[in-house]
This record gives sequence, C-alpha cells and structure tokens, in this order.
Amino acid sequence: MTMPVMTETIPDNSTAPEAPAPKADNPDSAGRMGLDEFLEQATDLTDETVGTVTCDHPFMVADDVNVYYGDNHAIKHVSLEIGKKEVIALIGPSGCGKSTFLRCLNRMNDTIETARVTGTITLDGKDIYRKEQDPVALRARVGMVFQKPNPFPKSIYDNVAYGPRIHGIAADRAELDEIVHTSLERAGLLKEVKDRMDEPGTSLSGGQQQRLCIARTIAVNPEVILMDEPCSALDPIATARIEDLMDELCEDYAIVIVTHSMQQAARVSKRVAYFHLGLLVEVDSTDRIFTNPQHKLTEDYITGRIG
Amino acid sequence: MGNKLTTSEIVAAGLARRRRKETTFRLLGILATAVGVLFLGVFFATLIAKGASAFKQTFVQLEITLDAEVIAPGGEIDLEYADFDGLVRTALRSRFPDAKSRADRRELYRLISVGAGYQLRDLVASNPDLIGAKQSLWVPASSDVDMLLKGNIDASVEEALRTMSDKQIAWVESLENSGEIRSEFNDALFGNGDSRDPELAGIKGAVMGSFYMLLVTIALSFPIGVAAAIYLEEFAPKNRWSDLIEVNINNLAAVPSIVFGLLGLAVFINWMSLPRSAPVVGGLVLTLLTLPVIIIASRASIQAVPPSIREAALGLGASSTQVVFHHVLPLAMPGMLTGAIIGMSRALGESAPLLMIGMVAFIVDVPGGFTDPATALPVQIYLWADSPERAFAERTSAAIIVLLGFLLLMNLAAVIIRKRMERKW
Amino acid sequence: MQSTTLILLLTFMAVAAFYFGRRRSLATVGGPGHRMDLHSLPGYYGYYVAIWCALPALLLLSAWLFMEPRLVVALVVQGLPESYASLASGELDLLVNNIQNLASGDVVSIEVDPELQAAAAMFNDYIGKSRQMLAGLALGVAVLGGALAWRRIQPDLRARNRVEKVIRLLLIAASSIAIFTTIGIVLSVLFEAILFFRKVPVSEFLFGLTWSPQTAIRADQVGSSGSFGAVPLFTGTLLITAIAMFVAVPVGLMTAIYLAEYSSSRVRGIAKPLLEVLAGIPTVVYGFFAALTVAPWIRQFGESVGLAVASESALAAGVVMGIMIIPLVSSLSDDAINAVPAAMRDGALGLGSTRSETMKKVILPAALPGIVGGILLAVSRAIGETMIVVMAAGLSANLTANPFEAVTTVTVQIVTLLVGDQEFDSAKTLAAFALGLMLFVVTLCLNVIGLSVVRKYREQYE
Repeated sequence: MTMPVMTETIPDNSTAPEAPAPKADNPDSAGRMGLDEFLEQATDLTDETVGTVTCDHPFMVADDVNVYYGDNHAIKHVSLEIGKKEVIALIGPSGCGKSTFLRCLNRMNDTIETARVTGTITLDGKDIYRKEQDPVALRARVGMVFQKPNPFPKSIYDNVAYGPRIHGIAADRAELDEIVHTSLERAGLLKEVKDRMDEPGTSLSGGQQQRLCIARTIAVNPEVILMDEPCSALDPIATARIEDLMDELCEDYAIVIVTHSMQQAARVSKRVAYFHLGLLVEVDSTDRIFTNPQHKLTEDYITGRIG
Repeated sequence: MGNKLTTSEIVAAGLARRRRKETTFRLLGILATAVGVLFLGVFFATLIAKGASAFKQTFVQLEITLDAEVIAPGGEIDLEYADFDGLVRTALRSRFPDAKSRADRRELYRLISVGAGYQLRDLVASNPDLIGAKQSLWVPASSDVDMLLKGNIDASVEEALRTMSDKQIAWVESLENSGEIRSEFNDALFGNGDSRDPELAGIKGAVMGSFYMLLVTIALSFPIGVAAAIYLEEFAPKNRWSDLIEVNINNLAAVPSIVFGLLGLAVFINWMSLPRSAPVVGGLVLTLLTLPVIIIASRASIQAVPPSIREAALGLGASSTQVVFHHVLPLAMPGMLTGAIIGMSRALGESAPLLMIGMVAFIVDVPGGFTDPATALPVQIYLWADSPERAFAERTSAAIIVLLGFLLLMNLAAVIIRKRMERKW
Repeated sequence: MQSTTLILLLTFMAVAAFYFGRRRSLATVGGPGHRMDLHSLPGYYGYYVAIWCALPALLLLSAWLFMEPRLVVALVVQGLPESYASLASGELDLLVNNIQNLASGDVVSIEVDPELQAAAAMFNDYIGKSRQMLAGLALGVAVLGGALAWRRIQPDLRARNRVEKVIRLLLIAASSIAIFTTIGIVLSVLFEAILFFRKVPVSEFLFGLTWSPQTAIRADQVGSSGSFGAVPLFTGTLLITAIAMFVAVPVGLMTAIYLAEYSSSRVRGIAKPLLEVLAGIPTVVYGFFAALTVAPWIRQFGESVGLAVASESALAAGVVMGIMIIPLVSSLSDDAINAVPAAMRDGALGLGSTRSETMKKVILPAALPGIVGGILLAVSRAIGETMIVVMAAGLSANLTANPFEAVTTVTVQIVTLLVGDQEFDSAKTLAAFALGLMLFVVTLCLNVIGLSVVRKYREQYE
C-alpha cells in the first residue's frame, strides 16, 4: 500500500500505536527542551488532573484506569468523562499512553496477551469490563478507525457490508445495499466509488481508503467512534476532508480522536485531554487549553517546547 | 436506519450463536494441534515399548571343554575349519543328558546362537593357552530363547503354533532356575554388522556406512553450497541467469528425493562407472540432495549481515573479494553451519535415493572405506523392518531409536550454535 | 600410484608453491621492508603460484580418471581372442564386467578360463600403466605450471586481481552445479525414458489399464508378456495423496490458525518445536510405523466393524503420510497467516468480529493464495514420497478408489523395478525411468506454481 505523502509536516506512519511526535508543528524551536530536561519535568507530575474531567452529558466514564503491559505501567490513574455527541481530542507526546487509553475504550487491549486493565470504564452507565460484557458486542457500539487505512482485501461494497453482515444487522439484500450506500454517502465517498463498488478497497487512494474505513465503521451504527491518529498517513487535502467529515459525524456520534497535530485538535474537538507519561495532566474545553492552559507541561507542549 | 431495533439489540440477539461458533472453531484448533502432538506421543511410546528390550540380550552359561583334538587336530591350531560349534553342542549335551533322540538334540542345539562358535574361535585365537582346559563361558542364546525371556512368546498357545516346543521351554526354565541364564547389555547390536541371525545382527556396519557417506556429503556440499551462496548474494549480476539459478535451487529443494536416486544411478553408476553400493556414490547423491538446503540457509545468513559492514570495509579500500572473505563470511558462518547441520540431518535420514544406487544389499562386513560396499542406517531399518522374525522387529525399533538419537544430537548442536553465536544487529 | 596419494602430493606441492611464490615476491623488491612496492600483498603472489601449480594438475587428474575406464575397457576388448569378437553387446558388457571383477579379485559369475584370466591380467596391466602415466603427467604439469607462474612474479604483477578472478570463477562454478543437477536429472531420466518409449508406445504407458512389468524369461511362459499401462499407478498415487491431504490440510491449517490466533505464547512455545520434531523424523521411520503399527490397527478396526481391509491398505499409508505432511502445511499456512498485516486483524476486531469471524472472513481470504501455494507444495511432497508407500502400501496395481484395498504408487514401482539386478536394455528397468520422468514433470509443475504463488503473495504484503 502506498500513500501519497505531500508535505513534510505529515509524520511518517508506522504500525506502532504511537507515531513519532510531529517535528514541525511549531516552527519556533528556540524554546524546545531536550529529552533530559523533559524527563526531569516528569518529577513534577502527580496523579491529579487539572481542569474539568467531567462534562454535561457523560456517555463513557473512565474512573481511575490503569493499564499494565507486563511490568510496564502504561496508564496511571486516568479518569475522564466523554460526553454524548462531542468530539474529544487526546493529545500528548509520543508514548504518553493516549493510544493505549483509546484502545481501552473498546477493549482492543484484550488482544494483547500481556495487557492488564484495572479501574472502571462505563458505557451508558454499565461497566464495559464486567464479566458478562462481550467485547464483540461492545465493539459494535464503540467503533474504531485506525492510524493506517486498513481496508480488507475485498471489494469496496464488501468492506462496508462486512460489519452489518457479521452482526446480522440487515434483514435482506436491499437493506444491506441501503446501509452500504448511506454509510458511503455519510463518509463522503459515495460519489467517487458508486460506479466501482466491486473493485478492491485497496485500489483507492490513501484518503479514500481512510474514508472507506470510516464508512465501514459507521455502517454498524455505533454510538462512539474512536479514531487513532486517522490522518497521520494522509496528505493535507485528504486530512481536511476527514476533518470536515468529523464535523458532520459528531452530530450523531461521540468521537474520541488521538492526534499529534495540535491544529487538528483545535479544529475538530470541543474538549482536549493532554496526556503525559501515562498520566492525564489536563482536560478542558479546547478554547481554554489552547488559550489559557493551567498546567505548565500542557503549556510547554502546546507552545512546542516539548516535542 | 429504518429498523425499529437498535444496533446493540440486534447484536445482542445474535451473540449466543456467534459465541457457539467461536467455541467450536477454537475447539477444532485445539483438536488439530492435539492430533500432531498426540501422534508424537503415541509414536515415541510404541517405539520405546518395542525397542527398549533390544538393548538387552540373553546369554547362557555353558561348561565348555576346549578339546585339543577338535581345535588342533595334528598339533596345528586350525581356526578356519575347526568344529567350534561341535564343542558348544557337546557342552549342551552334557548339561542336558536327557536329550537322547536326534530330534531332541536338534531342538536342544537351537537354544544357543551360532554366535557361540564364533565366540569360542575368537577366544582361542586370542588366547591359545586355553586349549585343553575346561571353561565356563557365557554365550549368546538364540533369538527364540531371547524372545521367550522377553515375554514375546506365549507359552499358553498351542505348541505347534509357536516357535518353541514345550521341551525347549522346559530346558530354558531349568537354566533359569539354576541361574545359568542372564540378560546383559547387547554389545552385538552396536559391535556387529548385519546378520541373518537376529541375535547377531548389529548396526555397526550401517552406522559406519552412514558415517562415510556423510563425510563425503559434508566435505562436498558445505564448501560448494557456501561458495554458491556467496556468488549469488555478493557477486551475481541481477539478470536472467541468476534468476534461473535462483528458481532452480528453490525447485531442487522440493524435487522428490527418489529422483536424485535415478540421477545417481544413471550418471554416477551407469555413465561414470563408479562402484555400486559404495558410500562415495551415496555421498555424491546426498550432496546434490542437500546442496539446495545449504545454499538457501547460507544465503539467508549472508543477507542477515548488514550492508553497513560491507560499506565500511569497501570504504577502507578492500576489494569486494576481501570484503566477503574477511567480513561477510565470518559473520555469516554460524548461520551457514546451522544450515549445514540441518542439511546433514536430512541426509542422514534419507533412504529412498540410496535404494536406487544399490545400498540395499545384505552386507555383513563393516565397511572400512569410501568404496567398500555398505548400507546406511535408515536403509538398515528398512531392511530389518521387512524381515519376518519377531526379534528383528525389536532390533528395528532399537535402530530407529539410535537414528533418532543421532538426529537429536545434530539438531541440538544446530540450536546451540545458533544460540551461542547469534548476533543481533 | 593411488589417486588419493597423488592428490595429497599435489596439495603438498601447492603449499610449497605458495611459500616459494611469497618469498620470491618479497625478493623482487628487496626484502619485507619494501613490501609496499609490490602491487598486492605478498600472500597473493603465493596463492597465484599455488593456483597455477595445483589447478591444471587437478583438472588433468579428474579428466583422466573419467576417461580411463572407457579406454582401458576398449583396449582389453580389442585384445580379446577372435571367439569373443562376435558377442552381442549385452553379453560383451557382462563379460567385461566379469573381467573387471576378476581383476579386482571379486566374485565372478561365470567359469574362469585362461583367456579370461589373461584378459583380467591385461586389464590390471593397463590400469597400472595408466596410473603411472597419470602420476608422471600430473606431477609434471604441477611443476611446470608452478615454475612458469613463479618466474612471472614481478612487483607490478596484479596478483590479487588474478587470484580473485580465479576465486570468482570457482564461485560461479559452484553456483552452476544446481543448474547442472537439474540438467543431469532431466537428461538421465529423459534419455532412458525415450529408450523405453521405443519399446512401449507412449499412449499405452499413459492410458493403459494393466500394469505387470514382469517380462517373460522364456518365450513360452504364460501371462508374463509384460504390460506397461501406468494408469493404476497414477490412480494409486492419487488415492494415497488424496488421503494424505485429507488428513494434512485440515489438521495443518487448523493447527496454524490455533497457534497464530488462540494459543498462549507458552502453548505455542511447546507445540511449535514438537511439530518440528514431527517434521524431522525420517520417512523410513514413518514407513515402519505405518506398516507395523497403523496398518494392523486399521485392519483390526475394519474387522471389528465387518470390513475387509487389506493388510497393506491405502488408508494406512495415506494417513501416516498425512501426519508426516502436517508440519509442512502448518508452517506454510503460518507464514501466510502472519504475512497478513496486523492492521487487517485490528480492523476486523474493531468492528466487533469474533476471532473466528476475523479469521474466516478476513485473514484466511487474504492469506488464501499463500495457503494454496503451500498446499501445492505439500501435494508435490506427497506424490514424491517413497519410503512410507514402499513399506506400507502394496505392490499390486489395483485400479480402485477404495481406501481399504491395497494400491501401488509410482514411487513404489520405481523402487521395485530398480532394486536388485538391472539390465539397462530391458523394458522393465527402463520403465522405472519413464515413471521417474512422469514424477519429475508433475512435481516440477506443482513446485514451480506453488513456489511462485507463495512468492507473489509474500511480495504483495511487503
């Protein structure tokens, strides 16, 4: 799979959950600190989160969540509320645990043998880690879009129809056709692909592939969509289209997006959560985070002093 | 969506069915994995159950008079034609005087292996002073007695249907009661060549045959394989010819081994008139057979050497040949050695091509060189497996245990080399 | 002189040549202090002389040893009395064989008369003379080559480049052996097969339904005219291969799936090496197990349910062969499954697929080409497998699809036809090569297709 990479502002994609931090988000690099200083700063960290972790209509609530990969304590005491139909952005330097936290929200961490999660995460008031909760049913409600577009090696139609088929959502072929069409339309892809539904999904461009993956996700009609750096492998034009799409989608879904681009966070999200070394440092409305951050680390990060 | 039910309700409705499918699929997976592992367990259990007893052999104690009249008629020791078997028979008759009739005596003689005569001859040859003396010797029992004592002959079966008569069984019991019969480590299995008599048959000839063959194979296939790998990885221009060689090597690795046997028969024996049944021909055929394996492994381990090493040496003004022999080759050597050992263990277990070049002959003598007629360990297993005697089945299993032991050692060596010399870049 | 002694002597001379060459190179520039004036390191001059000393002599030696038996036999035959000159070529071969055996002191199959005795003496005499000439010539060439090279040593001789050129040529020769092996296989099998098809028409061989290769010893013998219809062998091979695949494909594939997707790393750490052990067991051992353990089990089982099972049933050989092939199928499937990017799996799981749905609907379809390629290789392996069928399948060429009956295979017949005495002009022996040709062509096609599918598939995800 090849992705057109047009400018250097787009960090190279990698399969790791955490891509390297963007280097050119802030052209003013005079005030940047080195890794050593940055790590020293870490001693100031406490479990306390600054700002407001709560929101008006909480839909998913994480309470004191810890994640361990073997002996590695990847997420430490994170509590966060995610509102209905809001876009919340998770930002922070590489390896700060934002992707890990995201993967807790639909239990994708279950697929990693050594991962262990403590604390509670509720969806609509029910713990998603309770025993009776089937991760399969959970993932139908909490969909996920990945960093790298990953269409299945099937036709465009079959890609979108995959979710409805496995969950038995469509009663007949006509209904399935309708779901596929609506989903593609909502993902803004229908016009481009309606005459080539039988072509393989991999024949599309990178941006189209990512929109196909979004269409595939919303075809299941989830309540929450998790996006793990969905634009990191795309060029700016494709990125802009996905961002527009998010604006529309947030009318129906709660969206949690992990991003390395602060501009993107500022553009698409209503609230922003700043992670640092596995800790949730600050959560607040996007305006406040970018105009008046409370925590020094947040300020350093958004002004480009930590990279 | 026009549906009245919410997505999560629909999903929940189908969940139980999907979970059942999931469990079935998973169980199938466990079952499949268990089939392989279970087979291995059953295989080793039956093998050891059948073969372990072959490492012990039954011996009978006899009071034998080394009669000078028989051994040295006319004062001269005649090792070649003296009737040593007769001495053994005399000793048997005096031990069991109740066997009077000819038929009884013939049955009596069948308790002792023909190996007893050879044992006497060797004793006299190494120690002529013993002539005339009375010796108490432990001589090998016949394979029937051996089988009886190992519980492989059922005395409750009708007499005509078993290989030992009631009388014979009674004699063996009498020997047993007086402590004149005992079970010892089976030296013959490891010290003798093949034989028609199971109690005398051993694997030494086959082991030596395999040894000479592998010596030829390793001496040819390792240098040639490494050289070919070096050329293909480091020097070959990327063109049709090197593509052809590449495809060729991969295909040769998958050609049935018996076809290599046909090649050996037509080229080495028929056209070059090399001797049949000789380890050198077997070694040549196995060389061609293992060459692709070694080349593929060597190429992989050359590829694992990072290009930066080559660039560093080239930057210092070394020629490309020097780079290869001073830097790449030493770094790739552990991987190549591992590949060579894997290739050798494949060669050691190979038998089909050897059948084609006449290494299936019945050969009693232990080969002493590369052109002596010989057989190989796996071929010996094939030959013994075909023999109807019960005692050979036991020895076949024992030979398999020995063969698997050798293979295990070789693979262990490969693992150790890999672990010891492995480098992470 | 023995050729091994000669080779040892040549080796010794090469070592000496190295030493002299090295010394002379240093002497030409006036001692080790001026070694920088030499074009190459002194050692390369040594190698240069050693190569010129040993290589031509060794080439001569191998050419000589290859030609010697032919020439000597021709000379001996020429020297035979008139009465032998009229012999047919087959009888002459036998006679020559006997003379050679007599000469080397082996057992001879005919009565030894003085003429034969004389011929054997002549044979030994020629061989002895030939060896003397060879030793003289080889040593002469070695000395001459070494001396010439030694004289050419000068400071500006590009010794390293020349030595490296020879090394390069040797490397090329080594890598060409693979090609020559293939050519050798094709030629040797094809040549004898063509001879066979002169005696038996291709159509009869390919489409004939009766296989009984015993040719008549006496002309008046009944029922042993020898018929070479190979269809029963092909169907027998296919039947056993099908049984083997029926065992190996599902079990191997499910094992790969289980180990890749479900098992904990501990189970994987135990099961994978055990499967490798399964793959490392020699086929003769599988054959022993099939013939002496599995076949009786199947027969007992058949008797208990009232089925007539042949003691050398196709089922026993097929099942054991299938078990032998399980590791091959599972490791190739494992490669194919692991080559599917993890993002596919994440994508499917993220949509709420169960693991089995992810496997069945996303990963397996994506890995299918790789798996199919692997299965083709496994089929080729089953078709060419020899020892298991030789030991556990029968010799009777039955045209049947019943797995409880005995069938025979192509490889079994090759072994049966070629083990024991062979005459290279009888249809019986040549038939083995025709079967070998079929076997080679079929497995070659399967391998080429299988390998290229597997390779294409791997490149797709790289």
